[in-house]
Order: sequence, then structure tokens, then C-alpha cells
Amino acid sequence: MFRKIAISAVSALTLMSGAAWAEGEGATTDVAFSFEGPFGAFDEHQLQRGLQVYTEVCSACHGLKFLRIGALAEPGGPNLPEEQVKAYAKNITVTDAVTGEDRVATPADHFPPNLAAGAPDLSVMAKARKGFSGPYGLGTNQLFKGMGGPEHIYSIITGFTGESKEIAGVTLYENHAFPGGWMAMMNEALVANQVTYADGTEASLENEAKDVAAFLMWAAEPKMMTRKESGFKAVLLLGLLSVLLYLTNKKLWSKVKGKKLAH
Amino acid sequence: MAGIPHDHYEPKPGFQTWLHNRLPVVSLLYDTLMLPTPKNLNWMWIWGIVLTFCLALQIVTGIVLAMHYTPNTELAFASVEHIMRDVNGGVMLRYLHANGASLFFFAVYCHIFRGLYYGSYKAPREVTWVIGMIIYFLMIATAFMGYVLPWGQMSFWGATVITGLFGAIPGVGTALQEWLLGGFAVGNATLNRFFSLHYLLPFVIAGLVGVHIWAFHTTGNNNPTGVEVRRTSKAEVEADTVPFWPYYVVKDLFALALIMMVFFAIVGFMPNYLGDPDNYIQANPLATPAHIVPEWYLLPFYAILRTFDNTVWVVQLVQFLTFGIVDSKLFGVIAMAGAILAMALAPWLDTSSVRSGRYRPMFKAWFAVLVIDFVVLMWCGSQVPSAFTGWVGLIASTYWFAYFLVILPLLGVLEKPLLQPVSIEADFKSHYADPAE
Repeated sequence: MFRKIAISAVSALTLMSGAAWAEGEGATTDVAFSFEGPFGAFDEHQLQRGLQVYTEVCSACHGLKFLRIGALAEPGGPNLPEEQVKAYAKNITVTDAVTGEDRVATPADHFPPNLAAGAPDLSVMAKARKGFSGPYGLGTNQLFKGMGGPEHIYSIITGFTGESKEIAGVTLYENHAFPGGWMAMMNEALVANQVTYADGTEASLENEAKDVAAFLMWAAEPKMMTRKESGFKAVLLLGLLSVLLYLTNKKLWSKVKGKKLAH
Repeated sequence: MAGIPHDHYEPKPGFQTWLHNRLPVVSLLYDTLMLPTPKNLNWMWIWGIVLTFCLALQIVTGIVLAMHYTPNTELAFASVEHIMRDVNGGVMLRYLHANGASLFFFAVYCHIFRGLYYGSYKAPREVTWVIGMIIYFLMIATAFMGYVLPWGQMSFWGATVITGLFGAIPGVGTALQEWLLGGFAVGNATLNRFFSLHYLLPFVIAGLVGVHIWAFHTTGNNNPTGVEVRRTSKAEVEADTVPFWPYYVVKDLFALALIMMVFFAIVGFMPNYLGDPDNYIQANPLATPAHIVPEWYLLPFYAILRTFDNTVWVVQLVQFLTFGIVDSKLFGVIAMAGAILAMALAPWLDTSSVRSGRYRPMFKAWFAVLVIDFVVLMWCGSQVPSAFTGWVGLIASTYWFAYFLVILPLLGVLEKPLLQPVSIEADFKSHYADPAE
């Protein structure tokens, strides 16, 4: 009887992830990112390339207001040298919270918000979208593919068809990855060879999109590596504790309970 | 503790007697821990410990989170990101708290369905059951208000939808809704009072947990046979039971360690799996999300709420008969509250004299359908409403009510139960060899 319940409960747990399944959801391409799964880790070179794409292209319209510039130096992330982060901060202008005046940023400041084009802030974008919700809206595929946030970003960047239309004075661009199929983000916002990578990686659109998607996943969760580390420690210690308690329990109950009788 | 006869605490002369005559706290602890507990409890009796642990976990992580959180509509979302980025251990704190709510509800559903199957709600444990239902109801309220605090899109719109339900109550509805919200719409006043109540209610729950334990320590635990511990002599009690310490403390801790292992794997490796991505978008009163859904643990009752719209003939009939006072919205609210109330009234709706489902062949089948029904309702609640989910939801909701209001009362009359064992000892001996052999 309770095996049935356990099965129902497990299927129940897999259900809610399909909660926001909606018709007309965009198509998301699965990308094998280095940070996926319990053993996955960010590739700091990829994050550095992604930072370059964000800085040179995306930041024209999108802000990153929750990300501290100094976090770029943290291990587990882009891991840039302190000096380089200081130099990077000097190129950014922020509005001082106390004086209300614009000044040159320091690593202690956050990336500035960008409200100019009405584009959404990207600080937690990689967690605010999900790419996968199947099969049948159950969401169990997320167990294998991940939530699909960075994949969604990748798919948006590479998903433009080149078509556009104008509705009430607003130009919309066709994108198969976007729910509804038409979005305000500009066609060819990012194209191949728009940046030149210092490490010699080919700046194809796919590579640029992957790199910036990985960077935005890190920006959304800079503490991902420490979180997985804590998870590992906890699982190992609790595993050990379970074994010890199992043996204690068995010994303890052997005085009360004999072998199970066959019926 | 009244009831089952067992050894009591005997203070030694000196300090122990001195303290015992002034405050018998050691005696209380001794009697609580040494309570004779049926020796045949199976693994479904571990959820009580898991739930107690969840409550402690939520209170401890919650108190630390509250030190860094700011209940203000302008600052709340940013303060959560501050916890995630700048607070030492903040990531784990927040994910433990958010996923802790899921574990809490998973455990409470296991606990409730265990009670429903083994007839733990039946006399003399009705008070334990009703207190449990009140705790469950408070858990829902606490979880709902906690979900509003991060001030994401689903926080805001969930709060708007659920507080809107109070507006459906005739006469006082609108006034009640405005009183709850502290204004005409969900806003800063709402966020502040939800934060305050979210902090308060867990302590109310903790108090009720004490009463819940007190109640079943008075009646004694139920057990898989549903046969009471014999209590005419201490020898009989000892043949039916083992003391809670160390037998069940160790067993429960083993189960808890295993469950914690799975829990920490979820928190460490997939902490957002159970959450809605929309809640990582800051609340925006001007943009309604495409699909407003509660967290998974509230979906079954959300499905019941949504099912009874004005296309259902019963709803139309009631609306006609009450001159429109009970419209489809109010009907849905009544149905949702009624679904939990029906469960709370199970002790008086179940007419069978046999406690455990183990000896009730017909009951077993209907109960299995109820479990499936619960999962189906959960699925319905998660879907974008369509004609298909409407039908499935209606059938599933009807079954939920039918189980408690029709099937349970009728089964007691129609069903021919199997023979129950004469005692726990007899049942235990028929399943396990003598350990001395």
C-alpha cells in the first residue's frame, strides 16, 4: 500500500515543475554546459569570454544590477586577478547612492542598472526562465537536462529568423525560442565575430551565445560552486551517519525482533 | 501520562528530589521518552520525527534569514539577492528554508495518509487528529505568506489571487479582504503583515505540536494492526511494546539521516527544481504572469478551488437556489475549505469499527484510489485550465468529497472486515521469529 503512496509522491514531486507549462512555449535547444550536474563546475575561461560578450554587446541595453563587480575576482567564477577587476571597474560609471552623483565605479559597486532601452535586467535571468518542461508538462526532463535557463538564453540569441513586424509602433522580431514567437529584442543583436576573443576561440554566434549564457548563469548564482560543495559534504556525512545508525538500529532491535517468518 | 501502565521516574534523594518537589521537569522528560510504544510500528511511523525536525529547521534558518531580509516592496527582492550573494552561508540558508517547506509538506502528506490508512483518527484519537488538521491548516497559511516575502512575480500574484478569495464571502468579504491586505491591493502593508505573521505562526504551530504529542501520549500510539496495547497488567504491556527510548529514537534518527541525505542532495544540486522560475522576476503589479500557480504542495486544493466554475451544473443550481449569494467564486472557496474540513471530520464520518485498513479489503481499494486522486488533483492544479483538465479536475474533486462523505460512512456498513489479531504480541509473533532462537 505505502509503496503505492511512495510512487504517487515521487510522481507528485515531478509534477509541479510542469506548473508553468504554457501553450506556445518557445523551443529550447539543449546545450551541454560544463556546470551542469552535481560534479559540474564553471569554466573560468568561458565565463571570461562571456563577460567580454556582455560588456561589449549586451550591456548596451541590459543591466546587471544585483552583481557586484568585485565578484569577478572570486574563485569558482571568472576568477580574474584583482588588478584586472579594478581596471574593469574604472570603465564603468555608477550613480553614487549617497551623493546621487555619477562617479567611476570600484569593485565594491554593483554593475549599473540599464533602463535606457526598457530591456530586462539580466542579474537573475538564467534562473527566471526555464527551457524544459516536458514531457506532457510534467517537467521530469529537468532532472536530466537542468532547468534550462542558460539554454533558453542561448536559444534566444541563436533563434532569430530574420523576420520582423510592426505592431502599434513597436517593431517585433520573430524568434522561435521566445514564447509567442515574436520579441522586442533586436534581430541580430549579437552576430558572429562581433567580439574578438583573446584566447583564440572562434567567435561564432554559437560560441558567443554559449559563453554569455554561461556567464549569465554564473551572474545569477555566483555561489553555485560553494553550494555544490556544501551539498557534497552534507551527503557524504549523512551517508556515513546513516550507515552507523542503520547498524546501531539493527543491533538494538535484534533483542526484540527475530527473523522475518515466511508466510 | 495516563493510560498505559509503565515505570515512572523515581528521584534519588538529594538534588533530584529537591528539584522534583519544585519542578518535576525530569519526570516529564522521563515519562515522555520512556513511553511504551507498540513494537510493531512500521516505517510510516517515522514522519512525526521528520516533521518535528522540519519545524526546527524552518524556525532556525528562518530566524537567521530574517536578520538579513527587508520587508519592504522596494527592497525585499534585492535583500533576497543580498542573502544569496553577500551573506556568509546565505545560499544554503535560503535554499534550505525554501526546500525545507517542500520537505515539510511531503512529510505531512505521508503522515496524514498514514493516519487515514491505519485509522489513526478513530476513537480515542480524534483530538490528536483534529489538532493535526489545525497544524496542517496553519502550515498552509505560513507557507503561503512565506512565499510572498521574496516579492517575486508569483509571490505578488499568488497573494493577489488568494486574498481575493476572501472577497468572495458575502457581505463582509470586501471589508475583510481590505483588512487583510491593509489596503485596496497587495502592497507594502500586506508584505509587512505577512512577514510578521510568517514569523509568528511557526511558534503557534510549535505549541500545537506539543499538544498533539500530549494527546497521543495520553491515548498511546496507534499501530499497523490498529489493535490497542493491552493494559491490564505491566507484563502484557511489556509484551506489546518497547520503550520509545532507545528503540524508536534510534530507528527514527536512522530514517531522518537517510531523508536528510536526499534533502541535501536536492538543496545542493537542484535547489530550484521545485520552485517557479517566475519568482526570480521582481513583482510587477502591471504585468500579470501567463499562468499563476501555487507551489506544488498546495496544488491539490488549488485544483478543487478552480474546478467549480459556473459551467458546473451543481454550481449553477446552488447559485439559483441561494438567489446568487453563493456564486461560482464563493462555491470554489467553500469547496476548497470543505475539502480540508471533510478530512478533519473523518473520525465521525468513518463508521467502521475496525481501525486498520490492513483488515478492510474494500477500504483498501477505495483508499488506493484516494491516493491516486490526490496526485491527479495535484497535476490538474499545475495545468493551464482546459476543457480536459476541467473534466479531470471535476471528477477528481468529486471523488475527494465522495470518499469522506459517502464511501467512509457506507463502508462501515457494507464491508465484511477480516479477522483482527488478538493482540500486538500475537501479530508480532506471527511475523517474526523469537530473537532468542
